[in-house]
Amino acid sequence: MQEGINIFEQDFWSINDAINRLLQGTHAKIVLLIDREGQMITSTGDTSRIDTSSFATLSAADFAATSQLASLIGEREFSTLFHQGEKENLYVSLVANRIILAVIFDNRTTLGLVRVKTRTTVAELEKTFRMLFSKVQQGAVARKEIDADFGRIAEKEIDRLFGG
Amino acid sequence: MALINYASREINSKIVFYGPGLGGKTTNIKYVYAKLNPSIKGRLISLATELDRTLFFDFLPVDLGTIKGFNTRFHLYTVPGQVFYNASRKLILKGVDGIVFVADSQIERFDENLESFDNLQENLKAHNLSLGKVPMVLQYNKRDLPNITSVEELQNILNPRNEYRYFEAVAPQGIGVFETLKEICKQVLKALA
Ligand SMILES: Nc1nc2c(ncn2[C@@H]2O[C@H](COP(=O)(O)OP(=O)(O)OP(=O)(O)O)[C@@H](O)[C@H]2O)c(=O)[nH]1
Ligand SMILES: [Mg+2]
Repeated sequence: MQEGINIFEQDFWSINDAINRLLQGTHAKIVLLIDREGQMITSTGDTSRIDTSSFATLSAADFAATSQLASLIGEREFSTLFHQGEKENLYVSLVANRIILAVIFDNRTTLGLVRVKTRTTVAELEKTFRMLFSKVQQGAVARKEIDADFGRIAEKEIDRLFGG
Repeated sequence: MALINYASREINSKIVFYGPGLGGKTTNIKYVYAKLNPSIKGRLISLATELDRTLFFDFLPVDLGTIKGFNTRFHLYTVPGQVFYNASRKLILKGVDGIVFVADSQIERFDENLESFDNLQENLKAHNLSLGKVPMVLQYNKRDLPNITSVEELQNILNPRNEYRYFEAVAPQGIGVFETLKEICKQVLKALA
């Protein structure tokens, strides 16, 4: 069974650092990291303009549908996707097979630059995520914070918000 | 499986509404959307056909707020129930943390429930999961209609060992909707702890 993704402090900062450098290096507007199941991991840039939760779900769906299309024509995977708009463009790459890196950019930069810089960032992120996944596999993850106490409080909140 | 981010202190879990076409999955999620306080719900996304049948999924994020320092969020999805959309169903199940199986109580839909239940098990297998490993709640929907299978009979066929909690529902009126949702959310968080 594939384990959930657990991200700890140290890894999170190095991930954020990597996507910040990508944002600055490309003059892109927004960079987002999303897991393939559609959950936002982190983002940088002017995210106030978009609904990141919706964006995450739809990109994951987009990637999922596209990778099925790939297998239908005998490709293992399309590792990148590009959607071109009139003003805004979207460049999407797969990281370590489980994470989606999305770059939103306009005509202040070029696809060429985005593509080249993204490739470097993907390689960097792959290293971090592979380490992170192996930590999870080795069971080195401390889940102590999410304990029975957490369960009790959560249950109360569920009753309160969904009508007890 | 759930995404737990210890750095940004977030927990996201995925709950999938499964079941035969026209059983009422989308109606459940739309009712939840209509009733929830705006401050805790995100946008409802429906990828549907012209005729309002689910084509890929419905999606609704629900924010439980901060629990022991963790911003705790549920992502509710429905699958398309129509038989020929199986590829989509399989994709949506990826990373599922909890399942609501919405059964259609109408007598003439009895077989479709069974088929969908089988299909669920098969699709879980494709993700190396099984019913024993993922929390599940049953919802016997459309209890307002005249021609329905008795709860006993539905239980006999879908839940013979009484392993799953079940709720009777009339989704358009909201009967049983939040009861079902509350139960699956609790089970999912319990499984995390
Ligand atoms: N009478 C009655 N009608 C219901 C009930 N629940 C759902 N419906 C109706 O059944 C129809 C189908 O409901 P949906 O929620 O779209 O069904 P679905 O399971 O999402 O269907 P797919 O997207 O094709 O998988 C709608 O017209 C609903 O209004 C119920 O409890 N009682
Ligand atoms: Mg539907």
